[in-house]
Amino acid sequence: MDVLSEKEKALLLGNEAVVRGAIEAGIDVATTYPGTPSSEIADTFSKIARHYTARGQDPGFYFQYSTNEKVALEFAAAAAVSGLRALTCMKHVGLNVASDAFMTYMYVGCKGGHIIVTADDPSCHSSQNEQDNRYYAKFGNAPMLEPSTPQETKDMVMEAFEISEELSLPVLFRMTTRTSHIRGPVNLGEIKLKKKKGRFEKNPLMVTVPEVARKLHPVLLEKMEKAELISEKSRFNFVEDFGGNTGIITSGAPYNYVREVVDELKIKCRVLKLGMTNPLPKKMCIDFLKKSERVIVVEELEPFLEEQLKAIAQEEGLDVKIYGKGYGNFRRIYEYDMDIVESTLRKFFGFEEKKKVSDTSLHAPPRPPVMCPGCPHRATYYAIKQVAPEGTIYPTDIGCYTLGKAPPLEMADFLLCMGSNVGTACGFSYATDQKVISFMGDSTFFHAGLPGIVNAVHHNHDCVITVLDNRTTAMTGHQPHPGTQYDGMGNEAIMLKVEDVVKGLGVQHIEVVNPNNLKKTMEAFERALNYKGTSVVVSKAPCALILPKSVTEGSFEIDQEKCTKCNVCIEKFGCPAFYRDGDKIKIDETLCNACGVCTQVCESNAIRRRKK
Amino acid sequence: MKIRMIFAGVGGQGVLTEANILAKAFLSAGEKALTSEVHGMAQRGGSVVCTVCAGDVHSPLIADGGADAIVSMEPTEALRYIKKLKEGGTVITDVNPVIPPNVSLGQNEYPDLESVFKEISNRGKLIKIDALEIAKRAGNAITKNIVMLGALSGMEILPIDREKILQVVRENVPAKYVEMNERAFNMGYEAVRD
Repeated sequence: MDVLSEKEKALLLGNEAVVRGAIEAGIDVATTYPGTPSSEIADTFSKIARHYTARGQDPGFYFQYSTNEKVALEFAAAAAVSGLRALTCMKHVGLNVASDAFMTYMYVGCKGGHIIVTADDPSCHSSQNEQDNRYYAKFGNAPMLEPSTPQETKDMVMEAFEISEELSLPVLFRMTTRTSHIRGPVNLGEIKLKKKKGRFEKNPLMVTVPEVARKLHPVLLEKMEKAELISEKSRFNFVEDFGGNTGIITSGAPYNYVREVVDELKIKCRVLKLGMTNPLPKKMCIDFLKKSERVIVVEELEPFLEEQLKAIAQEEGLDVKIYGKGYGNFRRIYEYDMDIVESTLRKFFGFEEKKKVSDTSLHAPPRPPVMCPGCPHRATYYAIKQVAPEGTIYPTDIGCYTLGKAPPLEMADFLLCMGSNVGTACGFSYATDQKVISFMGDSTFFHAGLPGIVNAVHHNHDCVITVLDNRTTAMTGHQPHPGTQYDGMGNEAIMLKVEDVVKGLGVQHIEVVNPNNLKKTMEAFERALNYKGTSVVVSKAPCALILPKSVTEGSFEIDQEKCTKCNVCIEKFGCPAFYRDGDKIKIDETLCNACGVCTQVCESNAIRRRKK
Repeated sequence: MKIRMIFAGVGGQGVLTEANILAKAFLSAGEKALTSEVHGMAQRGGSVVCTVCAGDVHSPLIADGGADAIVSMEPTEALRYIKKLKEGGTVITDVNPVIPPNVSLGQNEYPDLESVFKEISNRGKLIKIDALEIAKRAGNAITKNIVMLGALSGMEILPIDREKILQVVRENVPAKYVEMNERAFNMGYEAVRD
């Protein structure tokens, strides 16, 4: 495992560098709810824990896939106030879930260092929005660090523990897709993992009733004044002088593009690279602005730095012109890349425009992600389409099954966030006369599905809630969850069954089906649709990617003599292993996972198992 | 020294592994290497692209017209990123199409292969290789990514020698598949030398 390398240097993913920093800093507790682009941070902790456990050694730290980000943060907060070093990682929208705990945790503070990693996703590569979580640092008064490279990521994590302990304040650590998912060389130090127990010292100031909260808020602001002094001296805030008196201020992933362009074009400029971005090193910024005739701010998404720099310039009465959003190709949407940064800096520094690479006359067909061949979700969706009345509303949720949005299934109508399928299903059921069948995965069910179901049962809302139980957290890389047999440490865990949980929640009509049996699945949904009130269908079959090879081996083929070209397999079922070859329909044997559901779909019995 | 490459393909074809092995080979040859990868949702049968930039570089991302080479596991995936290719750069692609479901559904067209190759040839040096067939001969279709890596190594555009890459291949595949992958690499290497 590269992250445990004993060499001097290793090529690490940004997310792995977070973990390497944490284990070199002697982390005690790590928690998460998985979410791209943060997932590999947690998965690496889990891998390390299982690596040591499998060798009969104590890993020297505890790691947990918690039920959701809020629980993950609360668990680690308790460890940190007991004096242990903790790290909680999540994707950007995960911090929304954890925000209730986060906001007040800042008031209380911690004793052992606590790093809260938020992995933002500019351009929404795998997310429902591209919110800029730097504002959470301002909102909650959290010191914030933002690395640019894997090396800096490791170094900053180690320093973040120190900062957190010096201030008794959790530190927000902001990654983005292009710092989480880049690989680069990292110098390695000694791994310092050692099992410790903390001690919780009682203090009435940790019980945030109103009178305590009123005392804690000014204390928090004092801590942030100290944090500013740290920021002024931080080695992660620095100036690179390439001559001239024009300034570039940047941070995070865009710094890499800035440096590449400055090198390539040999631009005369001074670069202020900010690694600690909350609080800003105000004096350093003033000094930089004073020495600059013009400044351009290179940051993705919102004008977070730009607005603060403009405020500083105004306060100091500086007449330096600050450019940023709206200049050249700099915009508030999507991530930056080499072309955006190069074209804008060319304009800013008076270089001639780069020659555009011409478009091709021919285009590659779009290739969006799709549900895999053998995916049980496709079977569930297909079965429902056979029995649900026209106009049925399908609220959906966050997971692979969201891909059911694409034709030919088109089984996703509304999506906000984790768990939103249930709340919105109830709302649609009240607001319309349409039938409602909602979808969520098993991991999502435990994450945010339960309160919605309780609400549905209590008010007897008439809807069918489907739990697509594929026995794993599939989309983010097959992490365990409370419904699986093992935990993130590799230890056996108590497995909660979805059907038992919903029974306990008071659901009166519960169906459990294997979606790979289409007929039985159709019957189950028919019964659920006819039930007046809240019903739950647990559609249970393992993700095709976690099935043993012995199950997915082999493939099916089409008997061309029997095939009537009715096209149901392609136009209704939509398994990606099917394709047209001239006027024939064929199954790609390298893609087929041998689930055999297509044999139930084919009306002319033309699909059979391919002989070896 | 600066070299920038694009690795493309379809989710599940092993693009990330391929790019990773090469980046590690650069590192073991004493060069700085950066990659940028695609994880998560996009991997489910979607278009996957990964970069490897090595030498005196800062950015893992590549500007239009900035790639020295494109290595693609599927013909139209090479076409998709062709704007990244430097004038006169090299494109190595497998010849076997993977048809996206939206094409089967009749929503989009999969362009005629000869036209795809012509379009690519207009912009750089095109090397076509039936990596799938070679991989099967090496022992398993799954080694296609290693065949492609061998082919890249055979093109003499990399400043690191074949043995160094091969060593990283050995270190990064399961022990029982080392021989098969070595075979795949060497067959890919030979395929472009003929």
